[in-house]
Amino acid sequence: MAQPLVKKDDDRDDEVDYSPFLGIEKGAVLQEARVFNDPQLDPRRCSQVITKLLYLLNQGETFTKVEATEVFFSVTKLFQSRDMGLRRMVYVIIKELSPSADEVIIVTSSLMKDMTSKTDMYRANAIRVLCRITDGTLLTQIERYLKQAIVDKNPVVASAALVSGIHLLQTNPEIVKRWSNEVQEAVQSRAALVQFHALALLHQIRQNDRLAVNKLVSSLTRGSVRSPLAQCLLIRYTSQVIRESTNDTQTGDRPFYDFLEGCLRHKAEMVIFEAARAITELNGVTSRELTPAITVLQLFLSSSKPVLRFAAVRTLNKVAMSHPTAVTNCNIDMESLISDQNRSIATLAITTLLKTGNESSVDRLMKQITNFMSDIADEFKIVVVDAIRSLCLKFPLKHRSLMNFLSNILREEGGFEYKKAIVDSIVILIRDIPEAKESGLLHLCEFIEDCEFTYLSTQILHFLGIEGPKTSDPSKYIRYIYNRVHLENATVRAGAVSTLAKFGAMVDGLKPRIFVLLRRCLFDNDDEVRDRATLYLNTLGGDGAVVETDEGVKEFLFGSLDVPLVNLENSLKNYDPSEKAFDINSVPKDVKTQPLAEKKATSKKPTGLGAPPPGPLSTVDAYEKLLSSIPEFASFGKLFKSSAPVELTEAETEYAVNVVKHIFDGHVVFQYNCTNTIPEQLLENVTVIVDVSEAEEFAEVASKPLRQLPYDSPGQTFVAFEKPEGVSAVGKFSNMLRFIVKEVDPSTGEAEDDGVEDEYQLEDLELVAADYMLKVGVSNFRNAWESMGVDFERVDEYGLGPRDSLAEAVNAVINLLGMQPCEGTEVVPPNSRSHTCLLSGVYIGNVKVLVRLQFGLDGPKDVAMKLAVRSEGETVSDAIHEIVASG
Amino acid sequence: MELCPTIKNILLLDSEGKRIAVKYYSDDWPTNAAKEAFEKAVFTKTQKTNARTEAEITMFDNYIVVYKFVQDLHFFVTGGENENEIILATVLQGFFDAVGLLLRGTEDKKEALENLDLILLCLDEIVDGGYELSFIVLSIILETDANVIAGKVDSHSMDAGAPLSEQTITQALATAREHLTRSLLK
Repeated sequence: MAQPLVKKDDDRDDEVDYSPFLGIEKGAVLQEARVFNDPQLDPRRCSQVITKLLYLLNQGETFTKVEATEVFFSVTKLFQSRDMGLRRMVYVIIKELSPSADEVIIVTSSLMKDMTSKTDMYRANAIRVLCRITDGTLLTQIERYLKQAIVDKNPVVASAALVSGIHLLQTNPEIVKRWSNEVQEAVQSRAALVQFHALALLHQIRQNDRLAVNKLVSSLTRGSVRSPLAQCLLIRYTSQVIRESTNDTQTGDRPFYDFLEGCLRHKAEMVIFEAARAITELNGVTSRELTPAITVLQLFLSSSKPVLRFAAVRTLNKVAMSHPTAVTNCNIDMESLISDQNRSIATLAITTLLKTGNESSVDRLMKQITNFMSDIADEFKIVVVDAIRSLCLKFPLKHRSLMNFLSNILREEGGFEYKKAIVDSIVILIRDIPEAKESGLLHLCEFIEDCEFTYLSTQILHFLGIEGPKTSDPSKYIRYIYNRVHLENATVRAGAVSTLAKFGAMVDGLKPRIFVLLRRCLFDNDDEVRDRATLYLNTLGGDGAVVETDEGVKEFLFGSLDVPLVNLENSLKNYDPSEKAFDINSVPKDVKTQPLAEKKATSKKPTGLGAPPPGPLSTVDAYEKLLSSIPEFASFGKLFKSSAPVELTEAETEYAVNVVKHIFDGHVVFQYNCTNTIPEQLLENVTVIVDVSEAEEFAEVASKPLRQLPYDSPGQTFVAFEKPEGVSAVGKFSNMLRFIVKEVDPSTGEAEDDGVEDEYQLEDLELVAADYMLKVGVSNFRNAWESMGVDFERVDEYGLGPRDSLAEAVNAVINLLGMQPCEGTEVVPPNSRSHTCLLSGVYIGNVKVLVRLQFGLDGPKDVAMKLAVRSEGETVSDAIHEIVASG
Repeated sequence: MELCPTIKNILLLDSEGKRIAVKYYSDDWPTNAAKEAFEKAVFTKTQKTNARTEAEITMFDNYIVVYKFVQDLHFFVTGGENENEIILATVLQGFFDAVGLLLRGTEDKKEALENLDLILLCLDEIVDGGYELSFIVLSIILETDANVIAGKVDSHSMDAGAPLSEQTITQALATAREHLTRSLLK
């Protein structure tokens, strides 16, 4: 039966897996719990059974409601025993069993008796248990004892009452708030932990009263708080007060800064660190304010305790993002941390150094990192590679050693993501640092000689084709490229053929030799490789003589494809092989977005016969097909853009209507997608009456009513407007849904013959400048920007006023312009004070537009913006500025 | 920001990552499976490190974990990513040393399991909170001084009137010794 819990004299040494709980089983333990009901209690035995129950709970075992209730009731019997050890276990298991309100009543009298006991341990624990399980009604009965307990001379009792107060404040704030006087007295306690608990409770009681918190902080910062934990709390409250108050404008002094600085000389490390961290996190902290905090953190860096080193390096790493110069003094200590046993510390140290390092320390740093790289995980290596890339961009003169480092680690073992990060970094450095180009390209050439990743090989070959011909001696790359044609899989071979062709096209002197190589590729066993070779041999022309390549051919080989690849793929799939050649101009240029309508449609299952199939509606070309099938709109020309659906009704209304804005050169068509959500109604002759009094440049030219709108099957009605050609006319349209409503018998589904004319007000619709802008990305913004030229460049500065954050301002401008963010510049790194965002798009009239936005914080919240626009038309550049100026 | 220093959990695992005693004070891990997954992750991430002389520290999944090992016992204290690392380390040290006092120097898994009642009481004395009954899961550090913790746990053999905080280390050891004799006599 019941095993004694502790078996000291057992021959357990022979048994490796000995455990007092070996083979423990819930059912058996619940049986054992019957000993709680024995008239003659055996305290030791009962303690052991409770321990077993707690062990089961701790291992994740759960008791059913019935089991828990049964155990709880028998446990309450144990209050008869006067054994203190057993009583402690009883307290713990009652808390773990979390009895329900109607069960609690059984123990309240026992607990209340313990609460007034002479034994401190009973008083303290009974308070904790009772406050844990009680509800508000009982609280008024015991309030008197709790108030006494708060100022009890025994610190354990006082702490128990204060901590319980903190919990009770969540549920019964009005009662706990009455204890303020006692709590305030406890703040002055000589016992450290009592002071901590009292301060925490006092602050929570007053937290919504700013003035009271201010008073609390200013009185305590002058006095002496003994407990380190309480001092940490006080530092946190003080930082909060500082955040909410303004600087003394006359002296520029920050209130309470002296207190924080004083805490840096506290004897407890946790207080020193808390204060140092609080100083570094002050809003707009000055370097004078930072210095003492940095000094103590620097001392922590050389501590023997890993926790201190970690805490310090983590804080300094954050400081380095906003104040790199303030951290440079710690660089020597930081460098010794690169070899720290603790890899988290080492990585934080490296990334901090890469942010703060100066030009002269780069070489030494690189040497140390080389030793460090071999024994960290790939994820950390990527962090380091990224940091090195930004370091190299910061100190272009150091490109030689940094590039060497990158090429060395490129040769070592590593996974795809890691190798890709290195290759990407080298590519960026080649692009941005002209001097690094030749050596960088050679490193990449060497890498593809022995590269296991097809993706990286083809990327590098493509990049070589663009950059290689522009170097001083293009011929030296040919060998590397042609080797790929011999040694690699078909995908890489095809890539190599294209690269060879680019060299042939750009470097006239190499053309005859390239032709020889390409002709050899005609015998490749892969179709794609042969096709490419044939194509290039024909397009390059000149039969392999040294002649200049035709401009058109160059454009064909190097020009960027100005249609999104997804759209091209779709169009090619839809193309029927016929006499008519595929026309690339028929591919839509708009970047597809998933319209809301599709999601609604799929969830609603349209059943009506009259409704057009909803699936293909989601794509741009489906819109185009739909519109061109309506004779009234056929003459409008090519669809420029279709907006995402805009809801014109609230959710859950009788009729759900959203609208898609179709923009043509000289016309605008509104497509109203309507859904009838009332089963007892059939709508007929549905139209939308549009009032254009606030959109004067528009004149209604046609409308196409919806004949029938049965329950739950969406249908469309259209309204078309004429507008001045090629102009981005804007305005506000108010909409009224007009229809004839007929009652439907729900049992038969038949509609009555007579209908009633009715109207339903819809929300207003606005046509804004962004509707005339297509989101079209460019792959390389810098190249696109430079090739666009300065002819129609317009630059101006704007103040955006106070904003929540830089990111919010950036988003607002992107949405206003409706353009495609490039190269991930829509993401603003946290804590940055300035940001550059690159946008591209096509404006109505097929005018390419590029925008460079530079944001900066001007004062604490005000955002200033410099807007530079380049486009293919002067009026368009001006129009973009007008959008921003009026938006 | 959380103003009061907050402990997310305290774990005592064995050298295979199995639970000896754990206590969660936060609802970040609502199910037992989530708790076990966290324990497994913590254990695997730290098992190769040498956290025997000084407490070690690591950060993952936006938690800070401080840990210290002795024999086949692995002690962990977890806090949120913005918590003061040194406060976490102080709690860990309090727990570690208190268990050392209560196990009378023979700190290993067998001894810990045999005195599981003391370890559970110990956890109860270090942090208050984390019970599902309260509407908001709150926790607050109760005590970090190992001698006081061990003294409170073993207080049943002491004079009822003596203030616990005035116990000295000798007293704590004396009570611990008494506990040993008692269990040997069983």
